[in-house]
This record gives sequence, structure tokens and C-alpha cells, in this order.
Amino acid sequence: MAIIEIQNLRKTFRSGDVDVHALRGVNLLVEKGEFLAVVGKSGSGKSTLFHILGGLTPPTSGVVKIDGQSLTDLDEAGRTKLRRNSVGFVFQKYNLLPTLTIRDNIDIARDISGKTAPWDAAFLEVVELLGIAEKLDRKPRQLSGGEQQRVAIARAIVNQPAILLADEPTGNLDTENSDMVLDLLRHLNKRTGQTVLMITHDPEAAAFADRTVQMRDGELYSA
Amino acid sequence: MVYKLVYENLKHRPVRTLLSSLAIGLGVTMMLALVGVGEGMLEDQANRARGVGADLVVRAPGSSVVGMGSLSMNQGILEYVRSQKHVALATPIGVHSTGGVSSIMGINYEEFAAMGGGFRFREGGKFSAQNDVIIDDLYAREKKLKVGSFLNTMNRDWRVSGIFASGKLARVMIPLTVLQELASAKGKITMIYVKLDDPANTQAVIDAMKKDLPEYPIYAMDELIKQFSVNNLPELKAFIGVVVSLAVLFGFLVVFLAMYTAVLERTREIGILKALGAGPGYVLGILLRETVLLAIIGSLCGILMSYGTRWLISTFIPASMVQAIVYSWWPIASLITLAGAVLGVLYPALKAAKQDALDSLSYD
Ligand SMILES: Nc1ncnc2c1ncn2[C@@H]1O[C@H](COP(=O)(O)OP(=O)(O)O)[C@@H](O)[C@H]1O
Ligand SMILES: [Mg+2]
Repeated sequence: MAIIEIQNLRKTFRSGDVDVHALRGVNLLVEKGEFLAVVGKSGSGKSTLFHILGGLTPPTSGVVKIDGQSLTDLDEAGRTKLRRNSVGFVFQKYNLLPTLTIRDNIDIARDISGKTAPWDAAFLEVVELLGIAEKLDRKPRQLSGGEQQRVAIARAIVNQPAILLADEPTGNLDTENSDMVLDLLRHLNKRTGQTVLMITHDPEAAAFADRTVQMRDGELYSA
Repeated sequence: MVYKLVYENLKHRPVRTLLSSLAIGLGVTMMLALVGVGEGMLEDQANRARGVGADLVVRAPGSSVVGMGSLSMNQGILEYVRSQKHVALATPIGVHSTGGVSSIMGINYEEFAAMGGGFRFREGGKFSAQNDVIIDDLYAREKKLKVGSFLNTMNRDWRVSGIFASGKLARVMIPLTVLQELASAKGKITMIYVKLDDPANTQAVIDAMKKDLPEYPIYAMDELIKQFSVNNLPELKAFIGVVVSLAVLFGFLVVFLAMYTAVLERTREIGILKALGAGPGYVLGILLRETVLLAIIGSLCGILMSYGTRWLISTFIPASMVQAIVYSWWPIASLITLAGAVLGVLYPALKAAKQDALDSLSYD
């Protein structure tokens, strides 16, 4: 069964008196354990698609299902629960909480989803793999951009979400750090079977994924 | 975990935390100082009344229990009181207000001294001339007076002839006859203090006198001293009410401003938490806890500062005011402030709870 199922998804923003059709009938199936890259020009609707999948904004019409759960009729409370339990988000800007240590940045995601037990062996391995095990007691500003993005990845998967959404995760990084982050995403995907969807405008980055789809004017095409 | 975030947020802006706490503390100090002054002054008044050494007091008809009173009683009553069974000593007192809460008291020195076991003079001694005055040590300290200094009241310069240890009803005393003359109230007194052969007879004597003097309030000293309570001072109670309201308003405004700016400053953090799945309750809880913590720190500051006001009062105006430390008001003042603070955080917290996660997570 597909973990993501999207049929004829539309999203229309009303800005002032004009309707902006960000998504104009998107269809997509993603299998569990897949690593998918979404490429496309700026303004083509990639982020909007992720925001809908991540429960950050409701769809206007169409079918969206994650792990069999429909997002179309979720209210704000339902989307909050979706964000808490079913999706992990990695942003272009790392979006760590600046006043908390790395460990606490990860723990707050667990606290929000009501988990208090210490990190299990599998997650400790992930932390090791991401190369942040030595930095857990530092504050975000003491880490490089690449390190911060790896912390953001750890935070996004600490609750074992059904899908990991990464919106231009290497947009702020140099080639060396980009490659490291992309390598880690692929590694995580292969090793733990974590489903990953990644937006990028860089074809080299897209090459790390199993499959690439292209967004053009609010519609998806296989590339 | 949330407490860590709250703690780190408070630590992150130390000046904001400090200033908000101090401002919240000011409200607490206002309440504690006022209640403390009320209690302190009543206690002091009670101590000084005790220092007279009387068993009962006869006051003028219509006078209030705790007020100082005026020269409105006929001195003739004195003869009647002296003639009563069990009365060992009865001495008249004259009180004349010299504006505001200050007053000057006229006494028959020998009688008054005999009743309370004598004055303890720190310096000098009793009056010897018509314009002599005796004052207590606190008044001397506040007004920087010594024996031989002059003090002006009732349009006259008085020479300080003695400074006595405080605790003898009044701080400033002159001979009763001199007071009556100056106040154009010859033959008028304010009250009569009475000492009995045995304090056990107090109630019997009061009952007997009340039959002959039904109009006159007559109190056993123990009873009278029990009346020195905030409950019998409606003005003070009303004023405490005003200050309590001000403190609530104060806590409200301080916290509203502090937390409103915090919410504006933290839209990004709030957005991150929401993207991680934090619901409105989670966000609300963070801000509420931060507020409660601020209120607790503020209350502690306020309690400390109330020791500061007590020091100021006892150092600079020991005779005019006494501030007690009223422990029972610590939790009351803290809770009142907390109430204001929680009201203050409501709007900022609701704004934060309703904030759209995406608003602050623009990443283009
Ligand atoms: N909140 C919004 N309100 C109005 N228009 C929006 C909003 N978010 C995105 N859009 C519009 O939707 C279109 C798609 O945007 P976006 O999904 O961010 O594209 P991409 O991520 O591919 O650059 C753009 O035209 C953008 O201006
Ligand atoms: Mg985008």
C-alpha cells in the first residue's frame, strides 16, 4: 500500500482580490520506504504541497492520504496531531530553538508528542550516524550550518514519523555540507526504511533520491 | 522539558526578566508596606496605650474607639470618677490635634507618671517652665531634637526639657493646664485613665460607672487594646482595597507588556513548536509558566523590598510611622499579584496559541 496517496489535489490562496492557484490537480503515489525528490522552479507549488502533507495548511480540494488517513477533513486540532505524530519536517533554515541545547531541541519534539523515556538504542545510533553525538550539550549557534541541519533531521525523525518532509534542506549549505546531509538522508532511508520526500532545485541533489518528480505551474510530472 | 525552555527564555533576556520582576515586585511592596504600616502603627499605638498602666479609660460621648479624640469632655467627670469605689488613681488627658495625624498631649505629670511607673528619661527631665515640652526618643530622632532645642507647634516655640523612652501614650507632651489654655478649652479634657486597687475589679467598676454615665464609652484597657485592629479603621481598609486593585492592575500591565513583546519576539519559536505538533494548550502552558515564574520572582523581590521600606521608615521617620513585617500578607500579596499577572498574560498567550505555524516559518 502507498504511504502517500494524492489525487487531483488543489490549493487556492486568496491574496487580496485575486485567486492564486498554487496546486492545480496534483496526483502522486509514494511507496513506503521510498526516497522521492521534488524539483521545479521557484513558485511552482512545491512548498505548498509539502505544507499540505505536513498538516501546516489545509487542502482546498482533492484526496490526500498519509498512511491511509485522509487529510481533507482534518480540522486544526487534527492537523496538530498529524504534525505531532505522523510527519517530520526539515526546513531550509534549520529552525532550531536558539535558547535550548541540541539535546533539548530534540527532546522538546518528544515532549510535545508526550514521550518521556530515554532515547532508545536505534535513535542513539541515528545520532551517532548524524555526527552530532559530541555536540548534544551545545547551543545551536555554536554549531555549523551543516551540523544544525543534521540536528534538525534528528529532531524530525525522533518520533518515528510515517514520512519525513525536507524542503530544500541543503539550500543554505555549501557543496561539502550538502553532500554530507544528502548522504545521511539516503543512508537513513536505506537503513531504517524511513520514507523521505525532499524538495530541491539542484539536479545533483535530486540524484540522491530513488525517484524524481517535477512540479510545473502547480502540477506534477514524472521526470 | 517545558520548564527548561521557560527557564532558558528568562535567562536569555536577563534585563527583561529583572525589570519585569522588579516592577511586579513594586506592587507587592506597595501592599506589604501599606499593610505593614497599618499593623505597625496600630501595634505601636497599643503598646503606648499599655504603657499608661491604667486598668480602664473613660472617653467622651460619641468618640471613636481608635481615634485620638479632642478636648470635649467636662473635667467635672473627673471628680465623679475619683469618688468611685476601687479607684486608686484617675488622671485626665487632653489631646489637641496639630494637623494631620500628629497631635500634642496634655498631662498632669505627677499623676500620669505615678500611674505608669514613671518616665524613663534618656536625657533631661520633666517640665519646669510654661513653654516646656517633653518628647519621646523616636520623635527626637526624627526631628533631630535635643534637650534645650526648640520645637514649634500651636504657634509657639517650645523648649525640650526631657526626652523619654518611647511607650508612654504620646510622643509630645505638655502640661494639661497649658494645653487647655492654648486651645481655649479651660475645664475640658479628652479622656480619663483610671487605675484600680485591683485589676480584678475592672468589670465591676465599669458596670457601676455605666449606670451613672450611660453616654460615656468606658473600656477596660484590655478591651480597648483589642480594638486596635485594621477592622476598626474603615479608611485604612478602603485604602488597602485601593492599593490591592492598583497592584493587580500593575501586575497586569507589566506582564501584558513583557509577555506581549515576548510573543512578538518569539513568533519564530512559536512557529517551530507548532510545526513540531504543539497545540494551543502547549504554547499557552509555556507562556503561563513563564508568567507564574516571573510573578514568583517578582513577589520575592517585593518581599525583600518591603524590608527596604521598613528600613527607610525606621531610619528617617521613626516617630511618624512604624512598619511591621506582616508574614500573613506574604502569600496574600503574592497571590494577588499572580492574579494580575495571569490576567496580563491571557491576551498575549491567546495570540500566541492562535498563531499560524506558517506565518513565521517563511523560508524563501
Ligand atoms: N500563503 C500564501 N498566500 C498567497 N499565495 C501564496 C501563499 N503561499 C504560496 N503562495 C503562492 O503559491 C505559489 C506557490 O508557492 P510555493 O509553494 O511556495 O512555491 P515553491 O515552493 O515551489 O517556490 C506562488 O505563486 C506563491 O506566491
Ligand atoms: Mg518553496
